[in-house]
Amino acid sequence: MREIQEFTLEDLRTHLSPRAFTGETVVLNMGPQHPSTHGVLRVILELDGEVIVNCIPDVGFLHTGIEKNMEAKTYQKAEVLTDRMDYMYAMGNILVYCLAVEKLTGLKPPPRADAIRVILTELSRIQSHLLWLGTSPMDLGAVSTFLYTMREREMILDVFELVSGARMMTTYIRPGGLWRDVPAEFEGLVREILKVLPRRMLEYEALLTKNPLYLDRTKGIGKIDTKTCLAWNVTGPTLRATGMAHDVRKANPYCGIEQYDFDIPTHTDGDIYARYLVRLEEMRQSMRIIEQALNKLPYGPIRDNNYKIVPPPRSEIGVSMEALIHHFKLWTEGFTPPVGSVYATIESPRGEMGVFLESNGTPKPYRIHYRTPSLPLLQALPLMAKGHLVADLIGIIGSIDIVLGDCDR
Amino acid sequence: MGIEQKAGNSGFITTSLESAINWSRTKSMWPLLFGLSCCAIEMMAMQASSYDMSRFGMELMRASPRQSDLMIVAGRVSQKMGPVLRNLYDQMPDPKWVIALGDCASCGGIYNNYAVYQGVDEIVPVDVYISGCPPRPEGLIHGILTLYEKVRGEKLAHWK
Amino acid sequence: MNELLKPAVEKISKKFNAKVSEFRDEVTLLIPPEENTAVAAILRDEFDFDMLSALTAVDYYPQTTPRFHMVYIFYSTKNKVYLNVRAPLNGNEPSIKTMETVYPSANWREREVWDLFGIKFESHSDLRRIMMPPDWVGHPLRKDYPLGWEEVQFTFNFDEIDARKPKGEI
Repeated sequence: MREIQEFTLEDLRTHLSPRAFTGETVVLNMGPQHPSTHGVLRVILELDGEVIVNCIPDVGFLHTGIEKNMEAKTYQKAEVLTDRMDYMYAMGNILVYCLAVEKLTGLKPPPRADAIRVILTELSRIQSHLLWLGTSPMDLGAVSTFLYTMREREMILDVFELVSGARMMTTYIRPGGLWRDVPAEFEGLVREILKVLPRRMLEYEALLTKNPLYLDRTKGIGKIDTKTCLAWNVTGPTLRATGMAHDVRKANPYCGIEQYDFDIPTHTDGDIYARYLVRLEEMRQSMRIIEQALNKLPYGPIRDNNYKIVPPPRSEIGVSMEALIHHFKLWTEGFTPPVGSVYATIESPRGEMGVFLESNGTPKPYRIHYRTPSLPLLQALPLMAKGHLVADLIGIIGSIDIVLGDCDR
Repeated sequence: MGIEQKAGNSGFITTSLESAINWSRTKSMWPLLFGLSCCAIEMMAMQASSYDMSRFGMELMRASPRQSDLMIVAGRVSQKMGPVLRNLYDQMPDPKWVIALGDCASCGGIYNNYAVYQGVDEIVPVDVYISGCPPRPEGLIHGILTLYEKVRGEKLAHWK
Repeated sequence: MNELLKPAVEKISKKFNAKVSEFRDEVTLLIPPEENTAVAAILRDEFDFDMLSALTAVDYYPQTTPRFHMVYIFYSTKNKVYLNVRAPLNGNEPSIKTMETVYPSANWREREVWDLFGIKFESHSDLRRIMMPPDWVGHPLRKDYPLGWEEVQFTFNFDEIDARKPKGEI
């Protein structure tokens, strides 16, 4: 078995200050197993007493070769792997992949499928933010929020389980539409969440928003400004907390999300507290979108009817020879999109998530690259952390809401 | 433990000591707070309000391997992570147990490729495998109860 | 073509002799590889492409001229448009100028491309492996690198494959 990777001071010469070599500052390793790194992040810190002089994140501990594995599978089979990248936003991972495949093949999902996609991805955003709301204050010592938010998260997971049979890894959204139509209980369950959650969010706010301990740990910590964010490609709530209202849902809308009425919450401070407020408001806006989508949920088919690419419904296979042939060809060979490359993006709870997909006319994707929001966020971590205390670094890592599976793929 | 050497192999007392200590081990098992990927989220759900693992004496998750006796490998183990995992396992004091949570930790799961260890049993000895991608919290609870059964059946002669 | 993209595409294609292609409403510019930072600087300073949305590479093995394409996807938060720029790279050990000087966010992405594709970035500040361990041999996302399949054991070849499997020191 290979050895643990160890750094010498010489390896990190370009990152450390000269004081590290004279022994004035201490170089400290944190992670990859650390309770507050949200997975397997390793950070090497140069400390002057308790103050961070330099901070070097080291990622790759969860690199699982997903991109290479996807290139070895057909388009339909590769889809299963997408869930496991950003496991907090599994619905979105599949959605952006399906958007890329649809762009490549020229499919157009029907309006009902689009509306359900929007509902499910927004629910997914809420559940990601809920987990963040539980774990991020927990790093700062406020454990009780976790017990509240996980309770509501289960309600959302119940909806996912109802539609797809799995709690987290759903693979429910498919190129050209959805796997199947939602069951009759779907609307009732979602409406129940919309009824309960606003009340419960007041409970979370009562625990945190004006809590002097939380304010002390978050206000003015981990500041970043808009210009730096853009240069370092930081997107999502972290960018919006600096005052720039950039959201892919408004800028480059997908799945007909432009027909719903919602706002982009912003804040100008750019610190941990601002990100907290932005995320809380985002959850409310997501609920607004879900409510509008539910109110005008259209009836109709849930898949495109181009059976060269989209599998025919189960009911047709028994009666139609053509459907049987299409089914057989699709699941043995796959479909062959035209040669070319596309780029599709959506807004994930962490920022802009994109898929670069290149086809060479075979049933397997030739090159697939996920542009994930966590990588730039982690890259910008030293900019936010320098000059703060070690204890604040934990708050900053929590506040940017990284998912290491998303970063390393 | 010092007491079992003193008491020796003298029938009635030893058997009940054996079961008493095994029982107490199952009721105060401290897992290592060690999440790798997707399964770690389900592990958190297991700890949280809806499933509440403290019913089974697992209230505390210890962040330090030196204070814990159960390692739940929650997720895929990459080539870069493997040695770290082994190091953590070596730092845990005996007696210690390992649960491979989920398909990736059990056999590599869907990642049949260059970057992932095809099962964590290539690195550390595993006591219980739990299937699912990711397993439900109920599945994890079932796995932990299975481990308890195993611990209850352990013999004094094999204690470390 | 999107009206907002036209001036940028016209200027780049004229100045650098870039090839313009369109596919599914996406514009791709094929530029000479030595001009990558010059193109990026013009896009950023004159046409408001303030974000380098994605940076990756494609391997066209066994073809060698060009074997790789560097892919840069620029985004303008003002005009809300994407622009793809590609730079072809010849040979098995190619190198290209680093984009770090124009967009600092390219730092880690270029490390990723170096790690997984083996494309060298000249004057990059910190070109270490990022995803794989530092002693790893090869660049996994190249098309001639094997996926690393674990063999399936059947009853007739169980022992044969079992002997080859890694055991670990347990």
